[in-house]
Amino acid sequence: MSNKKSIFSKKNKKLITDPLNDNNPVTVQVLGICSALAITVKLKPAIVMAISVLVVLSLANVIISLMRKMIPSRIRIIVQLVVIASLVILVDQVLKAFVYDVSKELSVFVGLIITNCIIMGRLEAFAMANSPWQSFLDGLGNAFGYGWLLIVVAFFRELLGSGTLLGYQIIDKIGLYNLGYEDNGMMILPPMALITVGIIIWIQRTKNNKLIESK
Amino acid sequence: MDINKNSYIFGFATILIVILSAILSTSYMRLKPFQKINIDLEKQQNILNSIGINVDRDSAKETYSEYIKEEIVLDINCFEIPGNAFELDLAIELKKDERKQKLPLFISELEGNKKYIIPLRGKGLWGPIWGFIALDDDLTTIFGAVFDHSKETPGLGAEINTTSFQDPFRGKTIFEDEDFTSITVIKGGAKEGDMHGVDAISGGTITSNGVSDMIQERLSRYLPYFKKKIEESKVKAIFNFMDTTSINYDTLQIIQ
Repeated sequence: MSNKKSIFSKKNKKLITDPLNDNNPVTVQVLGICSALAITVKLKPAIVMAISVLVVLSLANVIISLMRKMIPSRIRIIVQLVVIASLVILVDQVLKAFVYDVSKELSVFVGLIITNCIIMGRLEAFAMANSPWQSFLDGLGNAFGYGWLLIVVAFFRELLGSGTLLGYQIIDKIGLYNLGYEDNGMMILPPMALITVGIIIWIQRTKNNKLIESK
Repeated sequence: MDINKNSYIFGFATILIVILSAILSTSYMRLKPFQKINIDLEKQQNILNSIGINVDRDSAKETYSEYIKEEIVLDINCFEIPGNAFELDLAIELKKDERKQKLPLFISELEGNKKYIIPLRGKGLWGPIWGFIALDDDLTTIFGAVFDHSKETPGLGAEINTTSFQDPFRGKTIFEDEDFTSITVIKGGAKEGDMHGVDAISGGTITSNGVSDMIQERLSRYLPYFKKKIEESKVKAIFNFMDTTSINYDTLQIIQ
């Protein structure tokens, strides 16, 4: 592990802040789109997914980083996958035993976490070449970058598609239904998730100068 | 040491796999008792739910023994056989030969009335779906139903475990005159006054159909039992009627 002075050095801080905006895994690198479409119908599963990816990604990053000098390069992808899969199963088993309700939300998405290319991508691109502490920060940063996007997309899809947030009837409470408003069923379907992600990318690119390509 | 030598690669892979599988199987064995408690409590919670009693998981056990009076196991001809109905796993039973299947049945007493609770299990779109359906004293009217699933699509098929899908089952009937007519989940919405239909979930057609099939298949197995019980209650009603008429007759005589 790196010495104490540099634990929160500028470079290390950047590992966390970079993936939130400038190098976001979903909007900039366009990774993990599949799960972003599949599980953002409701806010709650999106939050659970974000948390589980956070746990799995940061732990897997640390484990792979600790072993990085021992892993033969020819089987490194398999090793990464085995580590991720074991972690996901372990997390799932622990959840089932102690927080059963959360595990019921999560169980559908276990497969998706294992195949999430953000995790593989970070292990391959970062953890294989950096120290455990830096890898841990990189894992946290990327999971946050993935998580906030998931939650924003799920927020709009649940609100506009089902009229609820975390299961609470929001639109009904405001009384919009009485004015003739109806939920947009399209929002529940995957295409609208893609369009929502697209709109977020659009807004991000107009605001963030670093992302504008030179002509 | 050269880490790209074949022998090293094999050695590394073997050691890694052995360590990881040891960790996973130990954690599985260690955590299993805790998981079993949760699963049993949830089952009790679901059974109670089907007769309209909502409890949190911690108090499920006490409430369960308070309301559920009988747990019986029936054979395929609906004769009572010894066995533990609660521990009976429908997933295993359904795979057995039809004639060897055992049917679990729970009987609860609620405000002096018996409710018959039948466990359900069937196929959804991605995996199994299951639930409990409670029949009223007359074994014809549905008193309540709960469903659950493990892998259905969130927001679509997964909605079968919400009250907005389950509540409309209440008050529907499973007999048309004398004939068994199961409850069907109808795409596009059930007609008003339809005693055998409830609304399907938009976008969750296959899961909805799975629910229909499951109810149809499971309930039809219990038909001999239902018929027997209904006959019994009819006979009882006639006796009751005869009792009251004779009393009236008596009083008439006294007046004379």
